[in-house]
Amino acid sequence: MEYKDYYKVLGLKKTASPEDIKKAFRKLARTYHPDINTDAGAEAKFKEVNEAFEVLKDPEKRTAYDQLSAAPRWGGDNAQSGGWDEGYSFSQDRSADADAGAGFGDFFDSLFRQQAGARGGMGGGMASDSHAKIEVSIEDAYRGASRALSLTMPVLGPDGRVMMQDRKITVQIPKGVEEGQHLRVAGRGGEGDLFLEIAFAPHPIYRPDGRDLHLELPITPWEAALGGHIVMPTPTGKVDLRIPANARSGQKLRLKGKGLPGVKAGDIYATLKIVNPKVSTEQDRALFEGLAKEMSFNPRAHLGG
Amino acid sequence: MKKSTIRSNVVDALTLPDLCRFCRADETWIIELIDHGVLEPHGSTVETWHFHGINIVRAKKASRLNQDLGVNAAGAALVLTLLEERDVIRRRLAQYEGLPET
Repeated sequence: MEYKDYYKVLGLKKTASPEDIKKAFRKLARTYHPDINTDAGAEAKFKEVNEAFEVLKDPEKRTAYDQLSAAPRWGGDNAQSGGWDEGYSFSQDRSADADAGAGFGDFFDSLFRQQAGARGGMGGGMASDSHAKIEVSIEDAYRGASRALSLTMPVLGPDGRVMMQDRKITVQIPKGVEEGQHLRVAGRGGEGDLFLEIAFAPHPIYRPDGRDLHLELPITPWEAALGGHIVMPTPTGKVDLRIPANARSGQKLRLKGKGLPGVKAGDIYATLKIVNPKVSTEQDRALFEGLAKEMSFNPRAHLGG
Repeated sequence: MKKSTIRSNVVDALTLPDLCRFCRADETWIIELIDHGVLEPHGSTVETWHFHGINIVRAKKASRLNQDLGVNAAGAALVLTLLEERDVIRRRLAQYEGLPET
């Protein structure tokens, strides 16, 4: 288990006033809120900031934390000695695999185990459902898939107190899910249902927009000029696509119904990009020189050039 | 340990109580979001209200902004509008920035 410098997390000195703490927290919470900041590390940072604030805003917890920080040696193999034993309950390390809920880190749990039931940055304790995010590939969204999840979620213990429990489940992802949609897994979220928010993994080719997919489709200058049929890959296999004659770079072609499947299937939009070949042989050169000589084309005419 | 695959279903068409539970929010808050045009339920009476698709996502985001940052309904409405605009612009930008050349 790792010691966490809550002051550093909030960018504060140990002497910070309660006002400073509140101000720093508000600013960072805004910056890293996962609904606003979509960077990969934002959610973890947001939880860290909340965890730090949870401790430092409360004079009692802050004092306890300060005493602990003042104790000698941290981060060694026997981290339980020293500050740990002074009146705060400590439990052996739990799984750090906290995918679900707004759980704080192990460090926090060990320090303030007693309050474990009453905490949570994301809303109050009225609901007993669990919420988590899962990342699925676009291909999985087309076909449907099953996913093994490892969740740490709050459950009601025999003594009526909330405790954290690790669970492994395999969930069916239905065909045709959309980014931002939620799946309900009945009865699997601690005492209630488990809700999974769908996020698409970044894809090297496709960019999703609702049920539609966008991609950039490279074509040769002669395919653009002459038009014709080309073969284009889609998540469900290759399709034949007709390029109109005199196609422009940036022109969009729509493949109706080839987007994400559903009651109303999405479309695929291919944005054409004319790519010039790299001229490397004498023969290549001769071909382009021929074009230069034979074709009267001035793309700068409108500039008055 | 049993290893069977559990079925899931897409969350759509939530009633007002269901949406409240889903967002961990109370009815007053949801109705405030409706008054600010953030949510547009189907159905003519509160009892028959149903919330679909984007409304569910918006309600969840607005509720989290309220619970985590103390943003009120008017503020949440503004934030969501700007976030949706930002996402549209980001998608368009991604088109022009293009993908790795091959």
